[in-house]
Parts: sequence; C-alpha cells; structure tokens
Amino acid sequence: MAVESPLVRASMISATEYPDLVRRYQITGVPKTVVNDRVEILGALPEQMFVSQALTPPA
Amino acid sequence: MLLHPSDQQKIRQSLDALPSAVRLLFFTQSLGCEGCAAAGEIVAELAKLSEKLSLEEVNFVLDKEQVAAYGVDRVPAIAILGKEDYGIRFFGVPAGYEFTSLLDAVMLAGRGESGLSADSRALLAAVTEPTSLQVFSTPT
Repeated sequence: MAVESPLVRASMISATEYPDLVRRYQITGVPKTVVNDRVEILGALPEQMFVSQALTPPA
Repeated sequence: MLLHPSDQQKIRQSLDALPSAVRLLFFTQSLGCEGCAAAGEIVAELAKLSEKLSLEEVNFVLDKEQVAAYGVDRVPAIAILGKEDYGIRFFGVPAGYEFTSLLDAVMLAGRGESGLSADSRALLAAVTEPTSLQVFSTPT
C-alpha cells in the first residue's frame, strides 16, 4: 500500500520491544493493524478487504 | 551466523534479482536501547548477502536531522528505501517470523511494485490524506 501511494506510510512494529505501544493500542493478538490511530484491523484479511477497511474512516 | 546457509543462498538469489538497489538505514543508539545490538546484527547479516543491499547506521541521539527526515521516533528502527522512500519502516528486532516481514519489505522496495489488485490500487490512488499503517507483530 505504501508503494502504491506516496501518502501511505507503513510501519512494522515488533510488539515485544515496545510494551508502551502494546498498552496504548491494546494489542492482545497479532497481527493487528492500526490506521491513523483510528481504524483497527485484527488478524490477516484477504487483500482487498484489508485495503478497503484500512482506507474507510470509521462511521 | 544467524541464518542457515541454505536460507542465505535463497535470500541472496532473490536479492540479486531485484531491479533496484535497496538502502537500509539503521537507526540505533549505544546506550539504553535493549534491542539495538540484536537488530544491528540481523541487518548487518542481511545486508552482507547481496550487493543490491547497502546499510548505513544512523545515530538516533546525534543525527537529529536524519531522524526527523525519516520520521523515526524510537529505536531500533530500519528505514527500507528503494528507488524512492516509500515510507516503509521496521521498528524493533526483526527476529523469527519478523525477519520474513523485513525481507518481504526489502523485496517490495527493490521491486517498486506493490503487486496489489487493480481494485486495491484504485482505492489507494484515491487517498488524499496522509495515512499511517502500523502493523504489530511478534517473532513467533
């Protein structure tokens, strides 16, 4: 996604090293994706579903 | 050596075949960073595998300019740069399964192509505001 859009930035974060982030984003399982601190996607989804959820602001 | 010789060979072949070179910027500090030494060892070993990869170390404490330019707010961190900076970063020690994620990111940056479907690319082409994805993982 980051390769496709200059506006998208992708960070992989190893949860083990950053307990502060694990607490802040309430990471109880992996993979968990947090988008703009708003949208949360738990688990691995099929590509298109993932992309569309990641880019859809929560209602 | 952290990688098995047969894995090294496979990784080397994939890296050598990349159309673009990949620069790894490794952000680190010598004191008060538990994972920095381990992460440094792993990136050094990866970078050694192919001439397509280069590795530069950035001092997180002293080199404020680069730290800000690449949006790194904690260490250890790796910025993975292809023909351009796609905004791909790895934070933490890329151990276990996470090494595979790092390697995937390197391949992606070196190809400069997402491999995403036309529908996904259309959605991404319509993005108009800065979007930050943080993907949390563990080594196991």
